[in-house]
Amino acid sequence: MLSENKRAAIWSVTLLLVSLFVWEISIPAQQITTGELTEYELLIGAGTPKAGVPPPSQVLVKAWEELSNPFYDAGPNDKGIGIQIGYSIYRVLTGYFMAALIAIPLGFLIGMSTVAYKALNPFIQVLRPISPLAWMPLALFVIQDSEASAIFVIFICSIWPMLINTAFGVAGVREDWVNVARTHELSAFKTAFTVILPAAAPTIVTGMRISIGIAWLVIVAAEMLVGGTGIGYYVWNEWNNLDLTSVIFSILMIGVVGMLLDSALGLLQRRVAYTE
Amino acid sequence: MPAAHMSSEEMLEQAVESAIVRSVFGHSDIGRRSFMGMVGGTTAAAALASVFPMNEAKARILENLGPPEKTDLNIGFVPITCATPIIMAEPLGFYARYGLNAKVIKTAGWAVARDKSLSGEYDASHMLSPMPLAMTMGAGSIAEPYIMPAIENINGQAIVLSNEHLDKRDPSQWKGFTFGVPFEYSMHNFLLRYYVAEFGLDPDVDIQIRVVPPPEMVANLRAGNLDGYLSPDPFNQRAVYEGIGFIHILTKEIWEGHPCCAFAAPLSFATELPNTYGALLKSIIDATQYASKAENRVEISEAIAPANYLNQPVTVIQQVLTGTYADGLGEVQRVPDRIDFDPFPWQSMGVWILTQMKRWGYIEGDVDYKGIAEQVYLASDARKIMTDLGYDAPAENYKSHMIMGKSFDYNQPEAYIDSFAIKAN
Repeated sequence: MLSENKRAAIWSVTLLLVSLFVWEISIPAQQITTGELTEYELLIGAGTPKAGVPPPSQVLVKAWEELSNPFYDAGPNDKGIGIQIGYSIYRVLTGYFMAALIAIPLGFLIGMSTVAYKALNPFIQVLRPISPLAWMPLALFVIQDSEASAIFVIFICSIWPMLINTAFGVAGVREDWVNVARTHELSAFKTAFTVILPAAAPTIVTGMRISIGIAWLVIVAAEMLVGGTGIGYYVWNEWNNLDLTSVIFSILMIGVVGMLLDSALGLLQRRVAYTE
Repeated sequence: MPAAHMSSEEMLEQAVESAIVRSVFGHSDIGRRSFMGMVGGTTAAAALASVFPMNEAKARILENLGPPEKTDLNIGFVPITCATPIIMAEPLGFYARYGLNAKVIKTAGWAVARDKSLSGEYDASHMLSPMPLAMTMGAGSIAEPYIMPAIENINGQAIVLSNEHLDKRDPSQWKGFTFGVPFEYSMHNFLLRYYVAEFGLDPDVDIQIRVVPPPEMVANLRAGNLDGYLSPDPFNQRAVYEGIGFIHILTKEIWEGHPCCAFAAPLSFATELPNTYGALLKSIIDATQYASKAENRVEISEAIAPANYLNQPVTVIQQVLTGTYADGLGEVQRVPDRIDFDPFPWQSMGVWILTQMKRWGYIEGDVDYKGIAEQVYLASDARKIMTDLGYDAPAENYKSHMIMGKSFDYNQPEAYIDSFAIKAN
């Protein structure tokens, strides 16, 4: 009997192969006129394939092409996939860490003080449900810099899950642990760092994990809107040319990078986990 | 492209020569023409050179601006063929010729182009010709004085219908249709409204007009989300290329020589960096004139089709620029001026645009038609540079235009609006 993991892996691979096979055969071969073409046929591109959903084999060829030269730079509007993803990751991480810098201390404050919680809660409840992209026009206008605006949008969408989870985690630290700290006459500062922070860490990291997922979702949309650089711009630029092969390839890349970002936070989550 | 560079260089020299010849004869066209006719242009220049230090004069005209205050410039463009001169000026070296290191930056849409221009991220930008008027008046954005010293293209748009509507060539059958236009403050919107209204349809009631970014037009047409659109090329030709739609009518048949896209900048750019502004305008006007020559169009198509610029198949771009195109109805059409390039910003065109903005309720109250047109459409800047470069520039700033058989008198804008049966109340 194979182990559970091995069986799952076999199932995954089978599922992948079957779906790729079904995808491949369900794309009808394009009817491309051959032989002598009239002028009209030439002009409507009768001798060339039309825009359409490509079979997976074509996507793989495209992926090989793009990934074998990921860092080319042919001017401000045409850069390799590696450079585009690099820009997107840079924006996401900058906005994200700025959000963490504010959300975690503020979440601590809210979690420890009921007054602060009650005072700030109305603001959080109103601002939290606003779609990050709704901030985009305002950000562009006020900040007057599209790069900084994209980072701001990441910042504003990353802040809420971290803030709320931190507050929740801090507020939920068991009363007796804090009481033990009090009987040892620890300072408030020391209590926060040696007792509350480790106790709340798993919840805080959960918030951070949710945030990075949202941030990656948002950056693609933001870059499609503003253009310039980044993986979102790449998708938009290929969409401009109705090049679905490149669009599918970049969708896969977005998925892979998103997964990597999530697993990095997953790793951190396992390190701060504890059993009571 | 060294070949293009050479020929343009020669063109420039020729331009300077002809400017000198002209200056010798003053502005008496008759004297100059008859003299040139007698001895031939080159001989005339050579004859003059014997008594006149031609090379020195050439150098002086090229340098009469003084060095640009700022050479690294960012110029925004939306990837459509209307932006041809702005785009090609980079790969074909027109910016470099006037001492500028300008980068053209692809922009996802006009709202973003407007915002990036307002924020100073772009020094100048490709815009739709109604935009600087609207921005100056604060319609659809905050009011900020804008200038438009050059038109980019004239003509060059089309109404495309989905192949489902092959039998509905009469616009009065279009009731209930949904059309796409690229932006509210666009010639596309105003021409489509004008066109359907001439056939008795109220564009605000009988059809739906949606703002759709140009790249999304083709896919929306395929999905049946749009019945047709009046959009910039290459997306008209692209619909034919993809076998989804056909070209119902070229906009040049609505208004021969209508303006479309433009080169615009905030007024502050021109006042704070006058030499840079001058050099940039020279490159743009020079490139526009180069693009207007039919024999250069194939070369230009190849220069602007790559991913860095339009990111489109060369055949599609070439059909738009050369005017030899498949119409989607089985015919090859030959319309060399399907799109043309003419930089002169007629102020009467600005007045017309304002009348349509008023007609459809985009602006209200008393409008100082000529005042705004003269403030934004800098005809005299264009004229000066066209003359400096040796091109013929119109002597007037206004002319009357003929739109679908109806003449537009720029002196009577209010009467013109009142003459339409269909308009917003």
